[in-house]
Amino acid sequence: MTRLPGIGTKQEFDTASGRRIGVLTHRDGHRELLVSAREDPDACSASVALSDAEGQALGTLLGAPNLVAQLQDQQREVEGISTAQFPVGVGSPYDGRTLGDTAMRTRTSTSIVAVVRDHVVSPSPGPDFVFRAGDLVVVVGTGEGLGQAAAILEGG
Amino acid sequence: MHSSALSLIELGALFFGLGVLGRLAGRLGISPVPLYLLGGLAFGTGGLVPLEGIEPFTGIASEVGVVLLLLLLGLEYSASDLVGGLRRSWLAGLVDMVLNAAPGAITALILGWGPLGALAMAGVTWVSSSGIVAKLLEELGRLGNRETPAVLSVLVMEDLAMALYLPITTAALAALGLAAGLRTVGIALALLVVVLVVALRFGRVVSAVVESPSSEVFLLRVFGIALLVAGIASQLQVSAGVGAFLLGIAISEDTAESATRVLAPLRDLFAAVFFVVFGLNTDPRQIPAVLPAAIALAVVSTATKIAAGWFAARQIGVGRLGRWRAGAVLVARGEFSIVIAGLALTTGSVDPGLAPLATTYVLLMAVLGPVAARVVEPVHGAVMRRLRPSPP
Repeated sequence: MTRLPGIGTKQEFDTASGRRIGVLTHRDGHRELLVSAREDPDACSASVALSDAEGQALGTLLGAPNLVAQLQDQQREVEGISTAQFPVGVGSPYDGRTLGDTAMRTRTSTSIVAVVRDHVVSPSPGPDFVFRAGDLVVVVGTGEGLGQAAAILEGG
Repeated sequence: MHSSALSLIELGALFFGLGVLGRLAGRLGISPVPLYLLGGLAFGTGGLVPLEGIEPFTGIASEVGVVLLLLLLGLEYSASDLVGGLRRSWLAGLVDMVLNAAPGAITALILGWGPLGALAMAGVTWVSSSGIVAKLLEELGRLGNRETPAVLSVLVMEDLAMALYLPITTAALAALGLAAGLRTVGIALALLVVVLVVALRFGRVVSAVVESPSSEVFLLRVFGIALLVAGIASQLQVSAGVGAFLLGIAISEDTAESATRVLAPLRDLFAAVFFVVFGLNTDPRQIPAVLPAAIALAVVSTATKIAAGWFAARQIGVGRLGRWRAGAVLVARGEFSIVIAGLALTTGSVDPGLAPLATTYVLLMAVLGPVAARVVEPVHGAVMRRLRPSPP
């Protein structure tokens, strides 16, 4: 971390491809994404101001594909448990209804551990979480339970 | 007309005029400081219309302007910034001082202004305008560049050095004699150390004195304490601005941010008065006589500043173009040069020619600086192509 007196702090690293990439945090809290210029690694070819929500969205875009892989990794040691993701399709009975309405755990013994919407992950959604068509639901359970869960999300 | 009515009308016209100039500066994308100086030059001594009856206000207001300028500068930096900067970049700061104080000092000696004039002019050409430089870095999108920490550390070192330079100059100009002069410098040095230690260890305590949930109370407390500290520092011959600067450093970061928020408008108001008063007291008819000296000084000190920035950037391993960028962005001189010149002139122990020279110099540099920062990349590219027609 580099302190920039009077401005804020900067955190950055060099990528394998030789570019410098980092985040500049101003003292008032707003952040900028920095990407170094190709022809001059000391200069910046882009510095993009990001709001909190935008920063989070970017973090998820880069981190979300890892989520399911990570969960699968974590559960590899538990025999018979696996992770899968199912879409809430257009026309699904749960489009616009809450997670509690699915009674997923009671009916299939599976757990909904996360919902991905517009590339933003909502981890551990509560029973009042409202599904929307296009959501990606990450479910953990036995193979049989996961099959039932997929059927429920599709057809009720 | 009733005298206070006249004063109000003059002040109103003055501030409104400054507002117009400030807007013009914004349009042109330059710092408003040179325009304020020009505004001051247009009126007052030797100008178009002498303003009368507002001196009681402008006199004290410009003093307050200096105090607020330095207080907010101190608020920008935390004690750890300063100590860290001192540890890492003292060499770059030293090179910067030697290279850039020399042109001013030599010019003053050539003009026959003696050692005091040399001391004051050394300060005028030495210190970059942190206001203009910070704005340039932001506008040109260079905050994330690798040379930027070097640029900022040069600014930090200059500002820290001011905490010693201003008391030394004040003591020398007041002709206190060697013993008294040394005592003043001793006080300043001791104060600086005490403030850094207090700020690092007990920063919360200082902040607790001024903090208040009501922004009105907070404003009054911060402003009151700043003037108290400035007054006491001035009484100790340490110079009011240095007292305010040290107070700014001592106030810890969270409080510093809210203090900056409430004080910034006041600073803009009073600092504008300070620059105008400096312009008012400068006789524009003397400018043609000092113009050659000012232009020569501008050319030389542009080169020396670029060299200083180049060196500072090389110290942290920045590439060739980045070093030139660091040098060029530091070229601008501004508010601090005027503060130093103003300090020297109020004591009356330097040649009055210093006022028009400093004014002309700052007018040139405040315009030249942003230009230098912008053209450095294309110029460097053109020169490189000339030197190496076929890039490797």
